[in-house]
Parts: sequence; C-alpha cells; structure tokens
Amino acid sequence: MRKFLLPSLIIIAASLLLIRIFYLQVINDTFKLKSENNAIKIKYDYPERGYIYDRNGKLLVANQASYDIMVIPRELKNIDTLEFCGLLKITKEDYIKKIAKAKVYSPRLPSVFLAQLNKSEFAAFQEKIRKFEGFYFQKRSLRDYEVDFGANVFGGITEVNEKIIEKNKYYKSGDLIGKQGVEQSYEEILRGIKGVKYFQKDKYNREIGSYKNGKFDTIAVQGEDITLSLDAEIQKYGEQLMINKRGGIVAIEPKSGEILALVTAPSYDPSILVGRERSKNYTLLYHDSIAKPLYDRGLLAEYPPGSPFKILTGLIGLQEGVIDEQTSFMCHHGFSYARGRFMKCHGFGPHSLNNGIYNSCNTYFAQVYMRTINKYTKPANAVDIWSKHVRSFGLGSFMGYDLPTGKRGNVPDSKTYKKIYPNGGWRSTTIVSNSIGQGEVLMTPIQLANMMATVANEGYYYTPHIIKKIKGGTIDPKFTEKHETTIDRRFYKPVIQGLFDVYNMGTARSLRVEGIDICGKTGTAENYAKIDGKRVKLEDHSIFVAFAPKDNPKIAIAVMVENGGYGATIAGPIASLMIEKYLRKKISRVDLETRVLNISLRDRYAKLGGMSEASAIETTPKMDNAVIKNAVNAAIKAATKTTTAATVKNTENTTKVDLTSQN
Amino acid sequence: MKNQSIKKNLDWTCIIIYTALVVMGWLNIYSSSLSSTDGTSDKQLIFIILTIPLIFILLAVDSKFYEKYASIIFIGALILLAGLFLFGKTIAGQRCWYAIGGFTLQPSEFAKAATALALAKYLSDSQINLKDVNRQIQALAIVLLPVFLILPQPDPGSALIYSAFILVLYREGLPSWYVWTGFIAILLFVLTLIFEPIYIILASLLVIFAVYFKSRLGDRNPLASGIIFALISGFVLSVDYVFDNVFKQHHRDRFNILLGKTVDLKGIGYNTNQSEIAIGSGGWIGKGFLEGTQTKGGFVPEQHTDYIFTTVGEEWGFLGSLFVIGLFTGLLLRVIYLAERQKTKFSRVYGYCVAGILFIHFFVNIAMVVGVFPTIGVPLPFFSYGGSGLWGFTILLFIFLKMDANKVNEW
Repeated sequence: MRKFLLPSLIIIAASLLLIRIFYLQVINDTFKLKSENNAIKIKYDYPERGYIYDRNGKLLVANQASYDIMVIPRELKNIDTLEFCGLLKITKEDYIKKIAKAKVYSPRLPSVFLAQLNKSEFAAFQEKIRKFEGFYFQKRSLRDYEVDFGANVFGGITEVNEKIIEKNKYYKSGDLIGKQGVEQSYEEILRGIKGVKYFQKDKYNREIGSYKNGKFDTIAVQGEDITLSLDAEIQKYGEQLMINKRGGIVAIEPKSGEILALVTAPSYDPSILVGRERSKNYTLLYHDSIAKPLYDRGLLAEYPPGSPFKILTGLIGLQEGVIDEQTSFMCHHGFSYARGRFMKCHGFGPHSLNNGIYNSCNTYFAQVYMRTINKYTKPANAVDIWSKHVRSFGLGSFMGYDLPTGKRGNVPDSKTYKKIYPNGGWRSTTIVSNSIGQGEVLMTPIQLANMMATVANEGYYYTPHIIKKIKGGTIDPKFTEKHETTIDRRFYKPVIQGLFDVYNMGTARSLRVEGIDICGKTGTAENYAKIDGKRVKLEDHSIFVAFAPKDNPKIAIAVMVENGGYGATIAGPIASLMIEKYLRKKISRVDLETRVLNISLRDRYAKLGGMSEASAIETTPKMDNAVIKNAVNAAIKAATKTTTAATVKNTENTTKVDLTSQN
Repeated sequence: MKNQSIKKNLDWTCIIIYTALVVMGWLNIYSSSLSSTDGTSDKQLIFIILTIPLIFILLAVDSKFYEKYASIIFIGALILLAGLFLFGKTIAGQRCWYAIGGFTLQPSEFAKAATALALAKYLSDSQINLKDVNRQIQALAIVLLPVFLILPQPDPGSALIYSAFILVLYREGLPSWYVWTGFIAILLFVLTLIFEPIYIILASLLVIFAVYFKSRLGDRNPLASGIIFALISGFVLSVDYVFDNVFKQHHRDRFNILLGKTVDLKGIGYNTNQSEIAIGSGGWIGKGFLEGTQTKGGFVPEQHTDYIFTTVGEEWGFLGSLFVIGLFTGLLLRVIYLAERQKTKFSRVYGYCVAGILFIHFFVNIAMVVGVFPTIGVPLPFFSYGGSGLWGFTILLFIFLKMDANKVNEW
C-alpha cells in the first residue's frame, strides 16, 4: 500500500493545480480586463470637426487649436519653477497647489495642469517644454466662431457625461460631443470617427511599443463640413432687430423648406462658451430663468397663434364648401354667437373673405368656423375633419425638422373636447375661439412660418430643415418629400389676395415696401402670468406672419415678440425689414429700422420678473452690449449708405443714450 | 557494445519529456526576457547546450560508482554548503552562491542529488529497519544535515524541498503515524491561522473525547489521550505564538495573502496579484507566443525564474498549462514506475527521491504562482532560468536513468 502514497499525492496535486488554473483562466473573467488596464494603453486620435458654412458659402464655425498642459507628478524632475511659472504666467502658489492636486488624483497618471491655452499663450511654453520633465501637452480642437450670432442654431460642443457613455459605446470619458443645434443633429457627420492606437505598457507605465504591431489600430476619419440653409446676413440682422426684446423669428424658403433664419432673443455670442471662461458663462446663461437665453423660442415657444390662424379657418371654410369668396357676414364691432355670448371685433360692416382677412375681422371668421363645424350633425365629427385639415399643414406635430429641440404645439380634436367636457354638450359655439387662434390651438414660431410657406406654395410644404449640403454625403431624403395639404389649390388664390391686401389696405398698410409684394397677417396673442399670486393679463404677444414676393415667393416668415402688443407695432416691422433685407440685401426704410432697433421692452419684462430681471441683466450685460454694438454699427452703416449725415448723427445719439441707459 | 546497450536500455519516455520541458522552458524564458537586454535567454541557451556533455558524462560513469561513492559525494556537498558561510556570495539577501568568474553556482541545487544518493545508500543496507527508532533518527539525520546548512543562508525554499525525503522514508517502512502527524500538523497550522486557537483546542478536545468513548473499553488509554490533547494544544498555541512573535512581518504577510487577509496589491500582494492577472488573462488558448502583454510589460517580478509558469499561463492559456502539468505528472509517475521495478534497493530509493524532489518543486512552485501557496523561492524544474538549477535537476534525473538503464547487464 505504501507505494501508492506518492503517485496519489502527485495526481491529487496536479488536479488541484489544474482546477485552480481553470478557475483563473476560464471561470473568472476579471483578469482579462485587469490585464488590459495593466498593460495596454489606448490613445485616441481625434479628427478635426467639420466646418459649418451658411447657404452662401460664408464660413460660420471653424476650429481653433487649444492646448492642455498635462503633468505626471512622479515624473517631475528638477523643474525650474521660476521659469516655468513665468512662461505660463502663473504664480508659484498656483503651481504648488496644482501639483498637489494632481498628486492627490494620481502620482502616476497624467492630470490636466492648465487647460485650454490658446496658440499664443502656448507658443512660448512649447519651445521650452523639453526642459520640464513630467510635463507634456495635449492638443485639442475647439470651436472657433467666425460670427457672433446664431448661438441657438449652432449649439455647442461639450464633454460627454456618464449617461451618454453608457448609451453610446463610441464615446469615452473626456470626449467631446455636439449639444444643441446642428452640432447635435449632425454630430456624427461633423465629428468624423476617432482613430485608436494601442500601445503596450510596461510595469512603470511607460509605452514600450505598439500593441500587436498595430493590428487593432484604426485611422481617424475626418469630420465632414456641412452647409446650412441659414442666410448669415438675415440671421444676424434678425438678432440685431430683436435686441431688448424677447421672442423668435423663423424664416423659411417656401420652395424648398430650407430655414433661412432662426432667431431667438435674447441670445448670446457663441464664442463665450469656448475656452477658459466656458463653464462660468454657461452657468450664468443656464441660471437666467427669466430671460432664458438658452431657450430657443423659435422652436420651443408655444403660443395661441391669434389672427394668423384665420388663414386656415378661411381655407378650411372654402374647402368644406360652407362659404365662397362672396359669402359675407355683418360685423357690429363683434357679434353675438350665442345667447349672452359676444365676440368683440374692431371691424364694422359687411365682411367677405377678402376684407375679412385684411381687416382681420373676428366676426367673419367666427361665422365661417361655426358653419364648418355645423356642417356635420355631430360636432365631434366636424372637429375631427377640421383637425385633419389643420394637421395637413404640419401643425400639432414635431414636423421632423433637423434641430434637436421642438414642441408639438396643439391641434384639438374631438378627444380633446371629450376630456374637457366629459358630459358632452359642447358644440360649435363652445369652441368658437379656435376660429381666431385663441382657443386650444397652440403653435410655435417655426410652425407659423411653415404654415405661411405652405400658403405661399399654394398647398404644399417641405419639412423645414437647416441643412443644405453635406460634403461627401446627401441630406435626409425626407426633406425633399413634398407634403400636400387637404385644401384644393384653387382656394389659396383668394386667401393670398387677402393677405396681399393686408399690406395694401389692411392692418399692415404702414409697412409696405416699395417694389416688393408682401403678403402678411398680423396677430396678437393674449397671455397671462401669475404675479404675486394673482392672474394678470399681460401685454399681448405681437405676432406677424408673411411671405414675399406674392408671385414666386422666396421667403416665408413668422415673427413673435413677447408682450410686444399689437401685431403691426413690432412684429410687423421686423418681418418687413427681414424680407427687405433678404430680397434686396439692403434697407431703404432707415427710419423704421432705427425705430425698431431702439424699441426696448425691458421695462415691460422687468414687471414680470421683479428682482430676477435685474439679476438677469447683471449676468448678461457683456453679451447684450456686444449685440447692441453690432446693431449700432449696422444702423450706422445702413444710414451712411442711404441717407444724409444728419440722420447718422441722429442715430448715433439715440444709440449712445441707449447704451448708457443699459449700463 | 556497452554504449549501444545503454542507448537501448535508456528510458526514452523520460528523456523525451525532459527534452520537451527544457525546450518549452527556454521558449518561455525567451519570451519573458524579450524586453531585457542582459542576455538572459542566451545564457540559458548556453546552460542548456552544456547539459549535453553533462548528460554524456553522467551516462558514461559506471552506475556502481554512484553507490560506491555516495557518502563521499554527500560529504562533499555538505562541505560546499558549509563553505558558503565563509566564501559565499550574497545575492538578494541570500548567501547561497559561489562566484566563479562571471558565473555563479548554487550548491544547494546539487546537494539534493547528493542527499538522495546518501539516503539511498543508507537504506540499501538490508539490515536497516525503519521501525527501529535509532534507524529513524539516523535516516532523518542524513536529511536534516543539509537542511541545517541551508536554512541559515537563508533559503527556506530549498530547505522545504527536503520534506520530500519523508515520503521516501514512508515508502521504505517509516511508521505511518509520522506521515499522519505531519499531515495533522499542517492542517492545525493552517486552521490556527484562520481561526482563534481556543476554538481549535476545543474542537480537538471534542474529537479526542469522541474517539475515546467510541473505542472499546480495553482500548481506552486516558494517559495517551491526555498527552495527544496536550501536544495538540501546545502545538496550536505555539503556532499562534510563533506566527505573531517569531515570524517577521513579510512572512506573516505571505500567509495572510493566501488567507485573503491582506489586499495590499501594490506592496506585499503585488507578486501574487500580477501573477494571477498574467495567468488569468490567458484564457483557454492564451495570447500566443511572444504576445503576452503582462509578460512584455514585465509586470510579474522574477518571471523568468520562479514565476516562469505565468508566461505559460498567459501565452499558452489553459491548454498550454494542462500540457505542461501533464508532462510533469507523466514524468513523475514514470520515474516512480521505473523506481518500483528496480532490482536493487539503492536505485529504488534513489528513484523515489528523484520523484519526491521533483514533485515538491513542481507542486510548491506552481501552487505559489497560482496563489494557493505562500511566496517562497522554489524554482520550477527544467523550466526556471538558472544554470545551477538546470544542471542540478539534470544530474538528479540522469543518475537515475543511468541506474535504470543498467538493470539488464546486472553484475
């Protein structure tokens, strides 16, 4: 028996070892990862982000090099701190503090010592970097904005957060990603694909060569340039016109659905969110909850559209056959649509389609709407049919445009009213305020602009989009897909004539531009706010929609100015100036321009926000002033070109006064 | 004619396995020392080439020579070990080398074979009966003499190898309670490190009571039971005391790592952790020859010597590890098989010694590398870098193969 002890021990021992090895190699899979962390260093090669151009080929957004000074505390050797601090213009205390911080993070791993130096700040240091063992630099590419407007359109780039890293395997901690605007919607095109290089590390964390001879390495794919449909000139002009106002402007080329301008006010210079000051400025913008400079009003602000909606009421009436062009209704400064219910109107006398539109007669459109609803025995059916017509204009949906934010707006249907009136009993008179855009209907400025583009096209639209060209690629085919409305083409003609007459004889006759046939519609949207716990009716939102020229329209536009009052006072002039600027490239009505530039609604807004408004001004004076300066320059330029010296002086005086009052 | 018969009678299974192990060892040394510039693998290649004349010499010597001069060889080895205290060179805190020119020689690697010859010679006397306590003491003295010379160098790893001779003595008639006592002592030692001594003492008391009352009345021996209990208690308490007071911190740490008590992966736990990472990242088939990232990065300390098996694990994976362990197991079982068929007691005992020594080396080394044995300096036979080691093991094995080849043309 004794001879079996050693062989048994050998077999048992060998089996035990194999079990343990099997556990280490096959069952426990944590060692592979540990080994990779240990021995493989991954370096990324970030391609340059694509440039952004406007529709005329003007460069809007490019890139600039920026340098992060990195430090590996363990590798620091004989640093001449005096020279070092001198080159980087920091104090010795700073230096000590930063090194200590880096050491706390890790003595072996690189930390950022000084972030985002620009080229000139970096140049002197670069020459001497060899002398400072333990320091090295990392080049980064940051956005370089060639223009000081369009912040809401461009969006920005920012470091990815944990959520994105979890969702999308491409991104690693520290990577940059487009956020908001076209930077977000065209992220993958602009970004390109980063290259990866694997290196073998040794136990001292040094690279000792490429991993597997670069078998897994990939080459970076350059980001592609994109051309926006934006027209830089009118975008800039729109932002200037909106100084000291809040609201949005959306301009669309009807024939293509291309967005020509997308203005939100207040806005800011996009370059303040680049470089060392980024986080400070972003915090200021982010916390301004009153003026909300980061809120894109052109896409997000939902309002009852007011009078512009009458266009649809008319078109649907015609399509449903409840009226023709000649059908007329009497208006007695309004009318009584039900017992004890009276709808006020500023008009008087008989109104048919044409003067109904250009006088914006509430009575006329309320009657048309009631006839449309009453055509069907059940109001529920009628509302659903009406709702379908309205939706065919792209309303009540996100539309699918290529910008990352948006609102659906609201187009009520029978379900909406079943919810509001669960016991039934609602009918045309109950919902009559829809006729004049004051009921449950909500629209965003881009929807308003698209509606006008559709009318301009006499019954079709293309999904609005901001992309025009992608270098080496094609734009989404959905943007070249025609959307037809449910309204016959022939019904548009009389409505367009009415819109044209708004300028000839109607609510916008003071805003005519010599030689340009503009069709437009004023609007005012009632709105309320809670101030000190009480519901207070505020100054109406000023709304104006238009397209021009009447024949062969090139621009459709919607302007909305919060608390701007009557449509023709602020929004109307802005729309007509924008149209003139776009079609003529210059402004003939300098007086009007100067007046609009100088309108400030700050006092009105101050009432809304109380103290917060004051703080909002404090947080963003620099940006506002920058834009104001632009406006002043633009006004002066325009004035010098077209009018006498006296006017120039005049303009200067007014703007100067304004500027001082700002500060 | 004589040469031809040796060729015919040599056990080629052992030689093929030996060659395979040496070649694989060299490939792994080559891989693990790729980034170093001190020519480690070239030196090892020279050592390997020099084993060829060595083997011829070993096979040319008459097998009677080893038996005849076993004592003298043993005494020579002891002198060499003792001489270290005077002329030894200290490397990494261990005074166990002779420096001859550019090379260093580690006599403890050769002392194993010498001790095996001496023990075989002692036990080959037909008068020897290991049931006799005097004989036991004499046999143990042969084993412990070199141990006492090796321990203070200090080289606990080499000393540990001599425990292999207990297995040989057991095969040759040493009462089995020695082995059981040793086994229980190891068990108690490990348990003491894990649990408080008082629990182990209470548990052993229970076991002794149970055995006492289960046995027949006539067999009950209160005195013996009391002595056993006293011995166990004494042992447990002294282990606890020795561990806490005599062991140095780094000894304690080596055990604590195994027991999962210390997790300082940058300090004392670094070796074992890196070793496990290297092996663990190998997976089923490994990363391929010269492709081991841990090996290339030099993360495992002493990788070409005591931790050479990590290269096998990382680059050849589980299948490679299985193959290497299979070769060792095959060699060990083959040597035991050959030993059992020897006609003389001398060569049988010697064969057993060879198997025992190789087994302890193989098991302790790989167990340490895979993290189930405390860190101790024991090389992997035929694999680990080092001329003394390679020649020591070659001499050990080929003396036996010569004896084995001689079996037919017996005197």
